[in-house]
Amino acid sequence: MARIIVVTSGKGGVGKTTTSAAIAMGLAKRGHKTAVIDFDVGLRNLDLIMGCERRVVYDFINVINGEASLNQALIRDKHCDQLYILPASQTRDKDALSQEGVGKVLEELSKDFQYVVCDSPAGIERGAHLAMYYADDAFVVTNPEVSSVRDSDRMLGLLASKSRRAERNEEPIKEYLLLSRYSPERVKIGDMLSVNDVQDILSLHLLGVIPESKSVLTASNSGVPVILDEKSDAGQAYADIVARYLGEERPHRFIDEKKGLFGKLFGGK
Amino acid sequence: MTTDPQNTLTKATAIEFKSNTFTVPVLVISSNDLDVINDQIQKKIQIAPDFFKNSPIVLDVQSINKNNLPIDFTKLTNVLREAGLLPIGIRGGNGLQNKIAIDLGIPIHSVHNSPVIEKKNLEDSPPKIKSSHSETALNTQATLISQPVRSGQRIYATGDLIILAQVSAGAEIMAEGNIHVYNTLRGRALAGVQGNLGARIFCSDLQAELISIAGTYQISEDMRGIVRNKPVQIYLQEHTLIIKDTA
Ligand SMILES: Nc1ncnc2c1ncn2[C@@H]1O[C@H](COP(=O)(O)OP(=O)(O)OP(=O)(O)O)[C@@H](O)[C@H]1O
Ligand SMILES: [Mg+2]
Repeated sequence: MARIIVVTSGKGGVGKTTTSAAIAMGLAKRGHKTAVIDFDVGLRNLDLIMGCERRVVYDFINVINGEASLNQALIRDKHCDQLYILPASQTRDKDALSQEGVGKVLEELSKDFQYVVCDSPAGIERGAHLAMYYADDAFVVTNPEVSSVRDSDRMLGLLASKSRRAERNEEPIKEYLLLSRYSPERVKIGDMLSVNDVQDILSLHLLGVIPESKSVLTASNSGVPVILDEKSDAGQAYADIVARYLGEERPHRFIDEKKGLFGKLFGGK
Repeated sequence: MTTDPQNTLTKATAIEFKSNTFTVPVLVISSNDLDVINDQIQKKIQIAPDFFKNSPIVLDVQSINKNNLPIDFTKLTNVLREAGLLPIGIRGGNGLQNKIAIDLGIPIHSVHNSPVIEKKNLEDSPPKIKSSHSETALNTQATLISQPVRSGQRIYATGDLIILAQVSAGAEIMAEGNIHVYNTLRGRALAGVQGNLGARIFCSDLQAELISIAGTYQISEDMRGIVRNKPVQIYLQEHTLIIKDTA
């Protein structure tokens, strides 16, 4: 049985797709057979970030409608043979996804995969609801600013009340906080909420902090999940996150300001 | 006769009855004029559309029956359903009403386990309680919540409401009785929502967006001077909200 992870946020543009690509790759690289599904019907950009946009033949909706089998639609990643991508359709509208349809696809994937990562669209409407409905774990991606935190809180309320686990009175979805696009410098000048501020408001288990990093854009432009850029800070942050998710202890990084040469010479202890 | 034990086992575990307590608002009907009822319901819904949308309710018809006001129960149910409410029970009905209710698939609730709270007209109710020290906790059962109440969530309790986790900004908690929050209160808290002037709010860290007792409210702007991270209680005194350290 696969573990189903939803990457969700409420607010748009906070880094869900970046995160989905990175953690799916991270889990697969550690030998766990993983599928990552793009729930953002109509927009489709997971395949761009995974660098497989030119190999899309069938998509998620074709599978739901029975126009293609899962095996026909799944694209094997070119960097890691344990990773498969199920792309979204660019041409259909969102209503093409149905709850039963999604359930069937996830059930079929569960037989064969260890992890299924669901990249949720923004918002709290139908698409986001379908992405989280069957989840076992939720990665709540939040940026350190008030509106993003508020939307995450809203999403947490829905995870606790509108998921299949909630409806069946089962053990609730496990919720994890991923604080993304974090910039200690901007926290210091009061431009951004700090890790503590966010945790105080959300009271949620922090899985990791991902720094604001140029490497994310570089990675997505070249269609390679940032976690494969092992030298980059964001890549390392995602590697830590995957390790912690799998039960390893790793100290948190990227929370404190990097000390420049000046800081090292004069400010450091 | 042979039975496959494997087979019987799966059949035996297909369903399970669990006992659960739910909090459901009670709609007390005191007129038999369906137009007036409809009118007033629409007005209420406008105040809190999300709260009432698809909200289950229990209908209390004790008062109209006591005053011998006949009502077409089927039509009444239709009015409520059209307004988006979902009647899931009748209370204080007579024989005929109960029969119609059952035919409509609406269960009958007994009047005894939860006393009907007299619904007061907020505007013109004189201050019946002179001293602020009458601790009128309504004797309905308390509702206990141990999970965080997140933004966008609403909780309504007919008695007291006790919350062990935080109440987020953008959440709304309401009780006909007192409200206790043993954590940070950032959302909106409304106690004594049926007009109980003796209701109180207790919380261990007051950062609320709005607090209200029996319709008298204060918004966060009025609470700027409140010290955070300190347990406080809030009560009504001569139509004014008093916020006081419990220490
Ligand atoms: N840690 C980071 N540092 C810098 N830029 C980032 C970081 N994470 C994400 N971004 C950038 O933010 C933008 C949005 O990222 P992404 O597409 O992953 O967000 P999303 O939550 O999936 O958006 P949507 O809600 O539209 O689906 C992209 O341009 C991405 O490159
Ligand atoms: Mg996205």
